[in-house]
Formats: sequence, structure tokens, C-alpha cells
Amino acid sequence: MARLLPHPILSPTLACLWLLLVNSITPGQVFLGLLLGWMIPLLTLSFWPEAVTIRKPLTLLRYIGLLLIDIIMANFTVARLILGDPDRLKPIFVELPLDLTSDLAISLLANSITLTPGTVSARLSEDRRYLLVHALNETDPDALIATIKRRYERPLQEIFELC
Amino acid sequence: MLEYLLSFLILTGATLTFIGSLGLLRFKDFYMRLHGPTKATTLGVGSLLIASALFFSSRNVGISLHEILITVFLVITAPVSAHLLAKAALHLNLHSFAKMPAKSTKREEGTDDDAMDTQTPEEKSSSSDTDVPRKPV
Amino acid sequence: MLGSVIPIALGLVTAAVAMSFWRLLCGPSMPDRILALDTLYINAIALLMLLGIHLGSALFFEAALLIALMGFIGTVALCKYLLRGDIIE
Repeated sequence: MARLLPHPILSPTLACLWLLLVNSITPGQVFLGLLLGWMIPLLTLSFWPEAVTIRKPLTLLRYIGLLLIDIIMANFTVARLILGDPDRLKPIFVELPLDLTSDLAISLLANSITLTPGTVSARLSEDRRYLLVHALNETDPDALIATIKRRYERPLQEIFELC
Repeated sequence: MLEYLLSFLILTGATLTFIGSLGLLRFKDFYMRLHGPTKATTLGVGSLLIASALFFSSRNVGISLHEILITVFLVITAPVSAHLLAKAALHLNLHSFAKMPAKSTKREEGTDDDAMDTQTPEEKSSSSDTDVPRKPV
Repeated sequence: MLGSVIPIALGLVTAAVAMSFWRLLCGPSMPDRILALDTLYINAIALLMLLGIHLGSALFFEAALLIALMGFIGTVALCKYLLRGDIIE
């Protein structure tokens, strides 16, 4: 089973991607999509060294919902900051200590930070324990770190790392 | 009804796209400019694409969802390119109005690590002695 | 309603293109120019989608998808060049 279907999450995703790309759900296209979803992970096996395990799918769904709401809120925050006076902004670099260890979780955290209000992740330190974050308008770095840890890092840790 | 929703989505999308580029024009240092396009422009184009999907679903026979594909792609790739741009700017030591945390400047000298790398630790350690980061010519 | 909204939206996006182009021309550093180029790609997608709605043609989707893919790859390649001084090692 594990050899025939090495990536059980990637395969349905690829099939859905194919159906969206051809923009129709006739039986032939569904079959072709499933075939591609089965073949591509097998042929590219050496490029995907580690399998992804999602421990809590419900938490993941809630996380995605939270992220979507935060992205929309972030846009209005940033739009207000852009339309306001640029000289009054207080940009700051903050160093965020990471509790996450897996590559996937760290990259998802970095992406979430970039998409949410007024922060962009800038650099990961060489030992993978600190993430440098640039905030557009923030006076209290500790509060920012606490918010990021509570809102994004906790759920990601639950989804990908804790049992 | 649908027409009002479409008009709202199109106007919001175009305004956000405009504001994102305005941020690119107005802010004073690179790291602040990075915020405008990565957030506002991405959501702006996202809502334009959703408007397009709704429009073609209502007009033709059958639903048309493939615009969602571009939206998802943009939402996934925008942070990656923003992260790479910020890394490049830090590598080139661009001037910033924001203060760097003191301990970070020491530790980060010459690092070339990346959260988006898919290399395993073994591959990384074996390749790290050969590829020394160089300044562009 | 739609007929009057789309020209306004086209105008706004065109202004966005002009501003990104200004940053591309005189942006003081290389990362600024790459960022402007990236914004231009995304603005081009917005223009294409608006034109698609305006003309009622779904043909623009493929072009928009290709611009999205190539734009991202171009940005990554240029950033890698700045970071390492080389693209393919």
C-alpha cells in the first residue's frame, strides 16, 4: 500500500488540480485526473523525501479558516496604513524564537506570518531556531511575539508535531 | 443581485490592487515597500479572479472554477517571493529605518539558509561546504 | 452596472501598473526593481481578468495562469541571483 500510494494527500490534490485545470468533471477527465494523481507521486518519488502526516485534520481546517479571516483583515489594516501618513509608521525588526522543528511547519508559519497583518518574515537563522520578522507598525515587540505564538505557532505545532 | 456582488468584488479588487502599488510608491525603505504588494495586491487580484469565476459561472452552461486555481497559486507563492526578496535585501545590507535586534546581526552573518528549502539535513550538510555565498557581480 | 464598473476598475489597475513601472524605473536598489516586476506580473493578471469579463471571453484564463507561473519563477530566479550570484549551480 505504502509503495503503491506513497503520498495519500498529494494524490487527491493533484486529481482536483487537474479537474480545475481542464474545468470539467466528465467521467473521462475524472479518470485521467486520478491516473495522473497516482502516477506523478510515483515518478517523482525521489523529490519528496519525507511524507506529510496531519495529526489533527479538524485543527487544520480551523487554522485555514482563521488564516483566511486574518488575511482579509490584514489587507484592510495594511490598506489603512498605506493611505495614512508614511512618516508616522514605526517599522521594527523582531526576532521570533521558534518552537517548531519540522521544515514544513516552519515554512507554513513563515507564510502565515507574511500573509497576516503588517508582518513579513525575513530570514530564518542558520540553526533554525529564530525567525526574523519585519513589522510595519508595531511598538511592542513582545506583544507581537506572543500573538504570533498563540495564534499561529500553537495550532501548527498541534497539527504537525505533537501526537 | 449577482450583478451588485460582482460590481462590489471588482471594485474592491481594483482598489486593493491600486493601494498595493501605492504602497510601493509611497514608503521610504525597501522592507516597508514589501508589505504593500504582498498583501493588498494579492487579495485584490484574488477577489478579481473570484469575480471572474462567478461571472463565467453565471453566463455559460456549467460552472467555471478554474480561476480559483490562480487565486490559490498566488496566495501560496506571494509569501515565498516576499521572503526571498527580504532575504536578498538583508544579504545586500539594504538601508532600513527599522532597528535590527542586536544579537541577530552577529549570528546571521553569511547565512544562506531557507525555510522553503526542501533539502534534507544530510544533503544540506554535504553541500554546504561547497557553495559559499557570493556577492553578485 | 457592470458596464460602468469595469472601466473604473481598469483605470485603477492601469494606475497601479504605472506606479509599479515608476518603481521599476527608478527604484534605488535591485530588490526594489524585482519587487516592482513581481507587482507588475500580478497587475497584468488583474488587467487580463478584467478584460476577460469586459469582452465576455474565457480565453484569457490560460494567459493569466501562464503569467502567474512564469512571474513567480522569474522572481525566484532573480532573488537567487542576488543571493548567490548565480542561478543554476
